[in-house]
Amino acid sequence: MEGITNEGLILACSAIGAGLAMIAGIGPGIGQGIAAGYGASAVGRNPGAKSDIMSTMLLGQAVAETTGLYGLAIAFILLFANPLLGKL
Amino acid sequence: MLLAAKGDVDFMIHGLFKYKLFGQEFWITTTHVSILIVMLILLGFAIAANRKMRHGSEVPGGFQNIVELIVEMLDKMVQSSMGRNAGKFMNYIGSIFLFIFVSNISGLFGLRAPTADYGVTLPLGLMTFAIIQYNNVKYNKHRAFTGLFQPLPFLFPINLIGEIAVPFSLSLRLFGNVLSGTVMMSLIYSLLSRFAIGWPGFLHIYFDAFSGAIQTYVFCMLTMVYVTDKLPEEKA
Repeated sequence: MEGITNEGLILACSAIGAGLAMIAGIGPGIGQGIAAGYGASAVGRNPGAKSDIMSTMLLGQAVAETTGLYGLAIAFILLFANPLLGKL
Repeated sequence: MLLAAKGDVDFMIHGLFKYKLFGQEFWITTTHVSILIVMLILLGFAIAANRKMRHGSEVPGGFQNIVELIVEMLDKMVQSSMGRNAGKFMNYIGSIFLFIFVSNISGLFGLRAPTADYGVTLPLGLMTFAIIQYNNVKYNKHRAFTGLFQPLPFLFPINLIGEIAVPFSLSLRLFGNVLSGTVMMSLIYSLLSRFAIGWPGFLHIYFDAFSGAIQTYVFCMLTMVYVTDKLPEEKA
């Protein structure tokens, strides 16, 4: 019976790694949800400042999104531009 | 079976034309064509606005109104963030705002967004880095370097990494958001090709218009905040 080739092993582990990299999506999901909750209660306390609160909240959420995107970038690199294949 | 990709899920960048220069091989890619189209749109808009403003009227109507609206919005944004230093940076911030905004939106019009290519967002981030460090050295002189040792000298590696991470985080944030929008939309169009009629418009509104606008605003806001950090404080 033939075993797995070297290249097949690298590709398989890259696919697993890409899936594991997406676990980084948990952090921004929880953090941004909590921030949205605080934003909503701030609007409830001070309805006149709604547009200020909204732009502050959106700015903060877009910055907090960054670490989730780092995981996405690693997943894309592993799937579509795999640098490990050439190092056999 | 319905959702099996028949091999035509295509969101990659294609090389269109190859040429050699000084012994190196260069490609003209999809991104070059997209940037050219975005540039032509911006240039056309700028030339039309210039011609209109030569004979501007006191009470603006139509096109002049739109141009004044855009300029006022950009001015207000830079003023609110940078205060009295705003005059020196309004040009740069306004230019990158317009370029990134039109690039992000171009997914709606059939182009593959130029900012979905890391080779476009990284130079934008590096330009911001250059401006930040130039202003740092210009206004703080030697304190630009000794500032890395504040408040405690052993924090030098952490401060250094914090400075170097700025262009990479700015560029990766923009790149990741626009690329994920591009990938999602091309997956929907290729996997659900028969059923994707009408309702993908709402997804376009979220991924291309909303996300594109927010990322533009965040990029410009962060640039202004980082630069204002290095400038001397206002003596209130």
